[in-house]
Amino acid sequence: MMDAVAQPKTAAGAQVDEKPYLQIAGIVKKFGDHFAVDHVDLTIRRHEIFALLGSSGCGKSTLLRMLAGMERPTAGKIILDGQDITALAPYDRPINMMFQSYALFPHMTVEQNIAFGLKQDRLPKDQIAARVTEMLDLVQLRKFASRKPYQLSGGQQQRVALARSLAKRPKLLLLDEPLGALDKKLRQQTQLELVNTLETVGVTCIMVTHDQEEAMTMASRIGIMSEGRLLQVGTPTEIYDFPNCRFTAEFIGETNIFGGQVVVDEPHCVEIESAELGGRIQIDHGITGPKGMQVWASIRPEDVRLDRGEFTPAPNAARGKIEDIAYLGSYSIYHVRLPSGKVVKSVVPSSRWYEAGEEPPTWGESVNIRWRPDLPVVLTM
Amino acid sequence: MYNGNPLPKTLKGVLLLGFLFLYVPIVSLIIYSFNASKLVTVWGGFSTRWYVSLIQNDQIISAVTLSIKIALASATAAVVLGTIAGFVLARFGRFRGSTLFAGMMTAPMVMPEVITGLSMLLLFISMQQFFGQPSERGFFTIWAGHTTLCMAYVAVVVRSRLIEIDKSLEEAAMDLGARPMKIFFLITLPLVSQAIASGFLLSITLSLDDLVTTSFLSGPGATTLPMVIFSKVRLGLNPEINALAAITVLLVGIFVLVANYLMLSAQRNRMRAMAAAMRENDAPAPPGNGAGGAVATAP
Repeated sequence: MMDAVAQPKTAAGAQVDEKPYLQIAGIVKKFGDHFAVDHVDLTIRRHEIFALLGSSGCGKSTLLRMLAGMERPTAGKIILDGQDITALAPYDRPINMMFQSYALFPHMTVEQNIAFGLKQDRLPKDQIAARVTEMLDLVQLRKFASRKPYQLSGGQQQRVALARSLAKRPKLLLLDEPLGALDKKLRQQTQLELVNTLETVGVTCIMVTHDQEEAMTMASRIGIMSEGRLLQVGTPTEIYDFPNCRFTAEFIGETNIFGGQVVVDEPHCVEIESAELGGRIQIDHGITGPKGMQVWASIRPEDVRLDRGEFTPAPNAARGKIEDIAYLGSYSIYHVRLPSGKVVKSVVPSSRWYEAGEEPPTWGESVNIRWRPDLPVVLTM
Repeated sequence: MYNGNPLPKTLKGVLLLGFLFLYVPIVSLIIYSFNASKLVTVWGGFSTRWYVSLIQNDQIISAVTLSIKIALASATAAVVLGTIAGFVLARFGRFRGSTLFAGMMTAPMVMPEVITGLSMLLLFISMQQFFGQPSERGFFTIWAGHTTLCMAYVAVVVRSRLIEIDKSLEEAAMDLGARPMKIFFLITLPLVSQAIASGFLLSITLSLDDLVTTSFLSGPGATTLPMVIFSKVRLGLNPEINALAAITVLLVGIFVLVANYLMLSAQRNRMRAMAAAMRENDAPAPPGNGAGGAVATAP
């Protein structure tokens, strides 16, 4: 599969260095006999915003805490900008972290919170004051400088936490579920705001999230984690269009997965016999694998077409009954049950029926599903 | 439980009886402290003579002074040691002997005071035999005994507060470059200051009214207030003691009211500030998220 070297570019088009900046090599973290992080290798480039995405308990937070120095890895190495920081104490690392709970010091004002890290570095007073002002302007909180954290709203607290973690100009910024504590509406607005701030500062950033939308909106590259292992790394587009395993395909967006065996294997054409589909899936490119191999084909719901006409058995097609319709305004999601019992999801734009001069199909109606042979992705695991 | 229904009459009666049982003795004690008669049980008219004679009683004045000195000294020591112990119990996780340590820390609270007092007395006597120190029993030995007792209470209060506090606050401080010692003084200590203050006050009250341990550990010339009261009562009730008790009740009452008021108003202010912050957040954001105006009105 594609190895994410295709031009990574952040949303604002900031230039990303191609040289590895942070290298995580063979990192392992064991709690008792349990592998919380299982041999993870990862390379991050300078100025990149990287998202570690996975469900809770997948090891992403442990990995982040090892980068921050809060956990000592069982094995492996972390190299940041040419310096081995594996054994460095958290207070000696040029890394700062924004905590999920923000961890703002409740007995200090906004200003004092932001200045805390700078004071630890024993910077001269005027420099600290200047940097604090700069940070307050960056997050637009200057008029709240002398407030205590509990006098701020959730969104403002998040910005204070960000300012505090950026104040020391860290070589690497870690964000632990940066928007997890905000409600959904505020979260969407804050996502882009946060990315803009990070790009203004130009900091290299690793964030941890369980929210795929957040990861895809904010990050230039995403790493999918499950059960302590890093399954796939790539740009949001690569991960969505070319998942390398069923977990990734199902975790990122919706998909239909059909299991089956390879029955025709030619350089320009593969056919998979799938009992679930009740037919063959044809793909217009070759794969590397022997005949008879168990594989899975992933087809995104937006690639599945619906029509009413006569059904002629053919590859990449089946006939089924509409079981459920979720009407979402500009599009609808149809759940079509095939004779095998498998339910296939199909996303159909509302204009599709209007343009064809047809009534939209209703519950219980028999319809044909089909897709183009260039669209399915073959997965071997 | 009663879903806002009025309490049944019988329950109200029981409640009233309970409160009467608790407070009638204290109220009658205060009233009789203004008794002109020398007899405790016979009302002989209003007078403040017992208050006057109290002030003139050197024995009582010196006992009060000693009690306050010991209370302040042992509360201070208990707060220092108890805070450290509470911190270890809450933050160091499981280490070798952590269960034993926790058990031994809280033992003075549940151990019968007679045992604690007696064993400490034996310790001090044998110490005197071997090292010649402490040369006599008095302020120092009482202070040591009270500190042992109060420390346990402080440790428990501080530990439970520390467990409540988000650990990521300390981690954030470490992340921002502070070393463990500095984190303790800059972050942890301010956050548990309230628990430490209440531990201090608790220690003072424990030390002020301790009689058993004190009796074992005191020597000639070191008589605390509870000891004076107890010995006087054994010789027959005396209206002077009533006056002394009334003053104590008054002082404690004022003290509790003030502390309560301060705590409540602090909480009210905090709630108000939080509500204000939420309201601001609900209001529509000004264009550019308040950037322009915010910078212009900076202090």
